[in-house]
Formats: sequence, C-alpha cells, structure tokens
Amino acid sequence: MTRKLKKRLIRIIISLVLFVALFTVDKIIDLSTVIPGTDLGWLLPFGLYLAIYLFISYDILIKAVKNIAHGQVFDENFLMIIATVGAFVLKEFPEAVAVMLFYQIGEFFQDLAVGKSRREIAKLMDIRPDYANKVLDNNEFEQVDPETININDIIRVLPGEKVPLDGIIVKGASSLDTKALTGEALPRDVNIGSQVISGTINLTSSIDIKVQKTYIESAVSKILELVENSSNVKSKQENFITKFAKYYTPIVVVSAVLLALIGSLVTKDYNTWISRSLNFLVVSCPCAIVISVPLSFFTSIGKAAKLGILVKGSLYLENFNKANTFVFDKTGTLTVGNFAVSRVIPEEKRDEILRLAAIAEKDSNHPIALSIKALVKPTSNEYVLNNVIGQGIIASKGDEKIYVGNAKLLKNNNISFNEINEVGTLVYVAKNKEYLGAIVINDEIKEESYEVISYLNKNNIKTIMLTGDNEAIASDVANKLSLTSYKHSLLPQDKVSEMDELIKNKKDNELIVYVGDGVNDAPTLARSDIAISMGGVGSDAAIEASDIVLMHDDLKSLLLAKKIAKKTMIIVKENIYFALGVKLAILVLSAFGLASIWLAVFGDVGVALLCVLNALRSGRIKK
Amino acid sequence: MKKTYKVEVDCAVCATKIESAISKIDEVKSCTVNFMTQKMVVEYDDTVNEKSLFKQIKKVGRKVDSDFEVIE
Repeated sequence: MTRKLKKRLIRIIISLVLFVALFTVDKIIDLSTVIPGTDLGWLLPFGLYLAIYLFISYDILIKAVKNIAHGQVFDENFLMIIATVGAFVLKEFPEAVAVMLFYQIGEFFQDLAVGKSRREIAKLMDIRPDYANKVLDNNEFEQVDPETININDIIRVLPGEKVPLDGIIVKGASSLDTKALTGEALPRDVNIGSQVISGTINLTSSIDIKVQKTYIESAVSKILELVENSSNVKSKQENFITKFAKYYTPIVVVSAVLLALIGSLVTKDYNTWISRSLNFLVVSCPCAIVISVPLSFFTSIGKAAKLGILVKGSLYLENFNKANTFVFDKTGTLTVGNFAVSRVIPEEKRDEILRLAAIAEKDSNHPIALSIKALVKPTSNEYVLNNVIGQGIIASKGDEKIYVGNAKLLKNNNISFNEINEVGTLVYVAKNKEYLGAIVINDEIKEESYEVISYLNKNNIKTIMLTGDNEAIASDVANKLSLTSYKHSLLPQDKVSEMDELIKNKKDNELIVYVGDGVNDAPTLARSDIAISMGGVGSDAAIEASDIVLMHDDLKSLLLAKKIAKKTMIIVKENIYFALGVKLAILVLSAFGLASIWLAVFGDVGVALLCVLNALRSGRIKK
Repeated sequence: MKKTYKVEVDCAVCATKIESAISKIDEVKSCTVNFMTQKMVVEYDDTVNEKSLFKQIKKVGRKVDSDFEVIE
C-alpha cells in the first residue's frame, strides 16, 4: 500500500468510528432535543455531522470546485457533492455523511485493487536488464549500458545476472532460467554455440556471449514494448464503455433534474421528489463498468504474459474467444519439425539396415541422415562415399558396396526390390546387389497436437492444415489428428493465397486464426484475423507479425490462451450486465420512491466493488 | 506520427473523458488514454508543431480533470 493510500485509509477509519459513535448517540438521545425550548435544535446534530462530512470529503470538494470551474457539470465529484448537500438540505444528516463515507471506502478499495494489479504486471516486466558486462581485450569486463553494446561485441553474464542482449555463447556452459519469458519452470542447459535470449537469467556459471542483436532489436525490448502497449488495441466492450460513459451520466443527471422539477410542480411535495432525484445522482457514475472492464482485460493479458502467452491487445482476446476456424501450419507447429525414423522394414533386420545406412550417411548433414545417425553412431570406416545427386549414396570398400537412397538409386543399379507403400520418406538399403530393406522416416506429430485438435473439434471449431508436404504425408497427419481438412504441396506463396481464399469465403460471424512458427509465414500471419506464432522467443519478425505470441514451443498454450480468453469475456459480460441491471433497477425503484438512499449507495459503491473483485478473478487461471 | 506518453490519471471515467476531449483537437488523428497502464498514445500529422500540440493536450486534459499530468 502506498503512503497516499494509507493516509486515506486512516482518514476513512477515523471518520467511520466518529460517524458510528455520533449515529448511535443520536439514536439513543435525539441530539436535536438536547437544547430545549428552541426551533434551532437541529443545529447541534447538523454541526456534528457536517464536521465529519467535511473531514471525509474535503478532497472531493476541492476537486469538484476545480472541475466545475472548468465547466465539467457531469464530473462525478461534483455530482456526489450535490447529492450529499441535497441530503443535508433535506435534513437527512446521517445519510449525507454515509453516502460520502461509503463513496470514499469504495474509491479506496478500487484504487487498492488497481494498484495491486498494476504492481503485479510491473513485477512481471522485471526482465529489463540494467547493465551489460562488456568484455575488454585484457579479458576483464566493465559494466556498461546495454544500449551501447554493438553487434559482435562480447559480453559476460555472471551467475544470477540477466542476459542483457540476444547472442550466441562463445565461452562457458550454464543453465538459464527462462521462466520470465516463457513461463517454463525447467531451466535450459546451454553451452558453446547455444543461442541465448535476453531476459533469461543465468543460473550456474559465467558465460561469454557474442552479441547478435542490438538492445533495441533484442527479445527483451520487443517483449516489453509489446506488453506495455498491449491494452491500446481496444476490444468492442471497451469501446462500448467509452461511449456508454459519455451518455450515461448526462442522461441520468438530466432525468434527475426533470424528476425533481416535474414531481415537485405536480404534487407540491418538494422534499419527496428531490430526495428521489438525489438517488439518481448517487448512481450516476458509470465507475463500476468503466473501471472493471479494462481491469479484467489488463489482468488477463498480464496473467497470460506470465504463462508465456503475449497478447497484443484486448481486441485479440475478445476475437480469439469467438474464433471458429483454426488454420495450422504443419511443420514445426503440429509436428515437431525434425525427422525421425519411424519404422524399419523388415523389422528383424533393423540393426543391420541402420548400421549400413549410418555408414553411408556418415558425412551427410541432411535431416534424414541426422535422424538415422541419431539411432546408430557411424563407426569409423574406410569406405569411399559417392554421393549420387537426387538418389542417394553409394559407399564402397574393396568389392563391398552399400547402396542407401531412394527407389531410383536401386533401379539404376539394377537391384531388384519391393517398392514399399508407407507414408513418409523411404530410404532403401542394399548391399552388393542384394536388397535388404528400407527405413521409413517421418516428421513426428507433437504429442500435445492430439489433445489440442481434439479439444478444438469438440468445441465445433474447424481445423485446417496447410503444408508444403506431399499428399500422402499431409493426409496421414490429417487423419491421425482428425483435422477438418488439409491442403498439401503448397509453396509459401500458395499458403498466402489459401489464406486469402479462406478469408474471402468466410461468413460475417466467422473469425480465422492462423497458427504458425512465424519463421517464414509472416505474410500468411498478416492476412488472418488473429495471427498466432509459436516459440516466439528470438524471432522478432514473428513477434511483429502476430497478434498473439506463444513464447513456449508448446501447442497446449493455445488451449490455455483459449481458457483465458473465455474466462475474461464471461467476466466482462457479467460485470456489464450486472452493473447495468442493478443501476437501472435502482433508478426505476427510486423514481417510484421504493429505494432509499442507502440502496443507491450500494448501487454505486457496492456494485463497483463487486465488479472490481469479479474482474480480478480474470487473473486466476489454472495451468 | 504516433507518440506514447506516460500520464497520470486518477480515475477511469476521467481517462475516457480525457481521451475523447483530446481526440477532438483538430491536429490529433486519434488518441487513447489507458487508465490501467497510465499511458497515452496520440497520433497526429507530421506537420504540426509538437511543442504547441503537447501544451494543448495538457490544457485540454486538465480541463477535464485538474489532476491530469503528462510526462514527456
């Protein structure tokens, strides 16, 4: 709690105690009868209540005077003063003080909640590095401003320090805590050659990093910029409340004036009608809605960021909740993006086939070769490797020849074999004209893809996959995941035109999400209604092109984001309907004289507080 | 030209009022005042005199709420 707030709290408590004391005494012995034999007996309770009133409301009084001097007739401070002064005039002294007291209590709790929410976000944004240790020629280092570091400079990050700029490790090994960026609790082990991202924390030992991006271009700056500006893209609800706030207060105030005038003129009963219209003024502030709706979005966006999901604005949270078509890039999004041996045919010759293939692929860095070598380490051999472009490799040692490649390689060398019908990339293996078998290599589907797609299917959301792979691979993945549809053999520009087509043919209420890895699909991202890129850490192009960035390379964040979006929208709507409903009910009841000023106070302060508390629930999402 | 300022706004309703008041300034194309982040984004023509516009923004904002503060 800030000092300002503490002071206000003390003031509220003192006023509350004095008020309760005075009120009780006044109820036991009617204070207006204390001085007998005069008509001015009311002056005593009036004076006492007025003293408390002035103590609790002096700041509002000052503000009201200032604002009314600027012609702000619909200023909430001014209206509160009118309402309470009106109550004094009607000789409702305790009511006048109570309205102001509760108003202050309400404001206090609102500020407390908002302050708490702000501080939490600020804490989250504690990834900004304060300095960088620039390594000098003599291997010493000096602390400098990270903005002064140039590309290719070497910086040293000691244990416990934040990595200030993006780069690659040139000396040392350590583990990094990436929690602040990705929400991932497990530290990441890094060593020479590893890419490191600014904003992560070095845990175990000192590392030297060759800087690859200037501070402004580094991940930490990009992320901070994104989150700090996030709530400027406003949702429909926020635009609604801005308009609503503009008209609500004037309408209520004008109605109050009309009610007082017409009612009094018709019935000549001034007190009753003025008292009813004062209730209007008490509920004339749209605070409950105006504060709770942005607070919900702000809290949710903050919570999402904490979980490694960056949302660029509340509009995207709103739209994401409504989205009913999800378009996925295949490689790297639904699938792992690296190739792995899925089968060896026939299985009983597995060891031999893999051993021979590894010999031939010894020097290759092709993803397929790497997937084979991941299983079998090639033994040092004296084979001569002959690369047949577009077909494979022939390894020879003396008379011995190993053929590893596609069907063409075997055909061209007159080796008879059975063509295998399997989805994936096939690597045939033969030795000395004798066919041994084949290795089936596939891009693996991510484990979480099943869960994510089945969740989306259950919620009647269309799932479409776009891929550059051939039909066999595409249909296999689509069937395994039960996708709604897929498009195969697409070049990058084809993905863009497919997206254009989808956008063109969609119905008015449809919203299309595109989920990609953000590496080379920026144009496709840009065309979708909501662009989501995955594993955003480090790729500033992706961060720029997307509306939502999943910092984690985990598709399940998508479901988490969906949960957050849904919860937020429910809370926002609850607050709007609840606040509007109660206020409207109080206005109607007041007009017919069925609501006391106490109920009106609840309609203002109570409703605002309940809405704020409800808004804070947005931040409570279980992972 | 789009510029972000740090602001001090005490109440959420004032923020929306200040936002619409500043948006009404001729040279201002758009304005958002964010109560939660205490930030204001103003978009204006490149040709305007920034200093006088800044002064005007402050004045207009203060008229709505006397506690409004813009930090450059």
